[in-house]
Amino acid sequence: MTPNPPAVEMKNIVIAFPGVLANDHVNLTLQEGEIHALLGENGAGKSTLMNALAGLYKPVSGTIRVKGDLVNFNSPRDAISKGIGMVHQHFMLVPTQTVTENILLGLKEPRFAMSLKKYDQKITELQEKYGLFVNPSTKIWQLSVGEQQRVEILKTLYRGADILILDEPTAVLSPREIGELMETMRSMTEQGKSIIFITHKLGEVVDIADRVTVLRKGVVTAEGESMKGVTKKDLAHRMVGREVVFTIERESHDLGDIVMEMENVSAINNRGLPALRNVSLNVRRGEILGIAGVGGNGQSELAEVITGLRDCTGRITIQGEVINNYPPIQAINHGVSHIPEDRTAVGTAPSLSLTDNTIMKGYRDKPIGDGWRINFQVANEHTRKLKNKYNILAPSIQTPAGKLSGGNLQKLILAREINSEPIFMVAMQPTRGLDVGAIEDIWALLLEQRQNGSAILLISEELDELFSLSDRIAVISEGRIMGIVESENADIDQIGMMMTGMQQERE
Amino acid sequence: MAMRLRIEQRVNVPKWLPPTTSIGSVVVAFLLGGVIFKIVGGKPLQALKFFFQAVFGNWAVFSDTMVKATPLIIIGVACAIAFKMRLWNIGAEGQFYAGAFGASMVVLVPLIPLDSPKVLIIVLMMVMGMIFGGIWGFIPGYLRAKYKVNEIITTLMLNYIIINWNNFWIFDQWSDRGFQMTATFDRVAWLPRLTDYAKEIKALSGVTLHLGVVFGLVAAIIVWWIFRYSRWGYEIKLIGDNPNAARYAGINISKNIILVMTFSGALAGLAGMSEISGVVHRLQESISPGYGFTGIIVAWLAKLNPFAIIPVSVLFAGLIVAGREIQPAGMSFLLQGIILFMLISSDVLLRYRIMIINTEEELA
Repeated sequence: MTPNPPAVEMKNIVIAFPGVLANDHVNLTLQEGEIHALLGENGAGKSTLMNALAGLYKPVSGTIRVKGDLVNFNSPRDAISKGIGMVHQHFMLVPTQTVTENILLGLKEPRFAMSLKKYDQKITELQEKYGLFVNPSTKIWQLSVGEQQRVEILKTLYRGADILILDEPTAVLSPREIGELMETMRSMTEQGKSIIFITHKLGEVVDIADRVTVLRKGVVTAEGESMKGVTKKDLAHRMVGREVVFTIERESHDLGDIVMEMENVSAINNRGLPALRNVSLNVRRGEILGIAGVGGNGQSELAEVITGLRDCTGRITIQGEVINNYPPIQAINHGVSHIPEDRTAVGTAPSLSLTDNTIMKGYRDKPIGDGWRINFQVANEHTRKLKNKYNILAPSIQTPAGKLSGGNLQKLILAREINSEPIFMVAMQPTRGLDVGAIEDIWALLLEQRQNGSAILLISEELDELFSLSDRIAVISEGRIMGIVESENADIDQIGMMMTGMQQERE
Repeated sequence: MAMRLRIEQRVNVPKWLPPTTSIGSVVVAFLLGGVIFKIVGGKPLQALKFFFQAVFGNWAVFSDTMVKATPLIIIGVACAIAFKMRLWNIGAEGQFYAGAFGASMVVLVPLIPLDSPKVLIIVLMMVMGMIFGGIWGFIPGYLRAKYKVNEIITTLMLNYIIINWNNFWIFDQWSDRGFQMTATFDRVAWLPRLTDYAKEIKALSGVTLHLGVVFGLVAAIIVWWIFRYSRWGYEIKLIGDNPNAARYAGINISKNIILVMTFSGALAGLAGMSEISGVVHRLQESISPGYGFTGIIVAWLAKLNPFAIIPVSVLFAGLIVAGREIQPAGMSFLLQGIILFMLISSDVLLRYRIMIINTEEELA
């Protein structure tokens, strides 16, 4: 009979999957009108806990109270009826339908899709209230990722949710879109909504959360602490259980000859629009060239033209030999390795074993390849070695790659790509979506590669990463290189200006 | 006592489970078939006994079953290799006919004098069968690789073209005295059968099992080896699981589409040759009761495992043979249908663990 029961009170939640205790007696209290960050490494059990709140999993034990009432959800429908809405990391939208159709999907009203116009009106009102602007009659596939996320949020709001769970909402957004999302979150809480915000980015927690709960390996290490006076370092410590070194030592050394050179490279994207316009770049032995830019400004295409996955005009050479406009095998044979942007859709084969995935680039060559045969004994041995060396956590080398967590999958890809002793490496968003511990490992690996004399093109949207690792940083905007600066004396404001499309000022 | 079912996703599938569920579903299918038999007034146990007698009862009928299983094994293996790459070759029926046509050419044109050694003629028939089946697989493969034409549609359409092409030859050019069939091949073009050795071993008299079954077993072993140990098999698996990753790994996908379709077609063509040369001994209108389509089912039920294709083919061949013996003949199709349903639904057991739990204990 308390006057103001908390919006959500989860007590002693235990959720077990075969072989793992995903949540071990977890408590979480969400106060009304607050933004509550749920912080933890990949696989800490954040999404699992929230899926229980959204009615997707049933806890083995523990209680959930929503606005004071004890609840027992059997399906997401039950959770929605109690005002709980979850925006998943992977959007659940129908690409060929409009925004309005997606929002109305599965509802009792309207029973037939006849006149959706009047619903447009209702949706527009919601949009204005929370600043979630997106044209209701546009089809989903035409929207950017940020806009699609807005549709997902609108979907939950339309269903009357006043408790919102956002599962890593910033992972897919550009810095500008993140800013907009934060605005939206603030305006929603001002109007009485309560938000649980799952993330593993410390900066965001500090920026926006009122309170924070930290999970580590299924156990709560900080329960609903107020953000006042909490530092990034402190949170990182709770999350990984040790101090995280955020600045990584990059030894300076003399750069060698030019390894990769691009001259006047232009390419079009999948929609037939110009994606790269007269790009000229070069990378030297032992150098990391960073590419900074807001997502979707030609970075993907840049990586693709170098690795042979996309045709282009102009010339790309590796140690003087032309590699563009050939099948991907040409680049591979010339010592180009590639950490692709999308580790599940491009970088790995999900239902094949770790072994099958680690030999993807090397199966043609001795000793793994042996004429028509593949020597699987050698391949397994090789995989076992990589698994230990790169600390890839998996039950066995026969485990399908799709069962690995994001960080371990990325380590698998890195292990494979580094092990080929590349002359040149394209690393696209190598740490996207990873937790602090994994980021640190991957940074160290990239620097080690640099030290060994590889030339690396590092394409990233994280400025921290670019500043920590790169020797030079080139900024890309709308497919043009706006300028290249030495990272030693780079000015973050200047880079920000170039990212928004302003040319480098010439002294 | 309150009970409820708990369904949990499996993390690891134990090795013994897939074969157990497969065998289990066949058993359950027979039980269900028995129940239906009972309901319509039959005697299920007697029917079952009769079924086994008709299919496995003695060497002669078992050999008959194996003769029917032979094309199924070869075609099942042919489909498995295409399906492994997610290429939906449903044109095995046509490739089978194309192979039969190619093999017939050797005898009917004739391509070499018929007084040549038997080995030469048989080998040439095999080669011609595989070439023609291969061409019938190559065409959709090429169209898919170069122009992104859906292979489901082209393989299906090519079935009708080749059947009518054969009809043209048997109705007109090669017609035997106006009948819709060619003349019986000279014995030199027949695959050796066990009954051919009846003079030496009396027991083999009337046993029609022919050399084609060896083709099937060898094909299964070769394709198993390809999947398990070869570079090509690895590429096929990778393309099948994630074509983007395969492209990224430097694999030429177009080339593999053409290769796999041609190989698959060539195997199905070999099945056509084996049927012509081992059983029918002439080219005629209906040389296949839908082997090319049953082979698709066989490949799937065997989970694309070349060795599992062998017993599954024998089971389906048994159903075909029993269909001739059991009245009404539809019973056999009914059983086929139930087996299919059971096997498909047993997949749930592979992906989930179903447990019965006592809810009272759970609350405590």
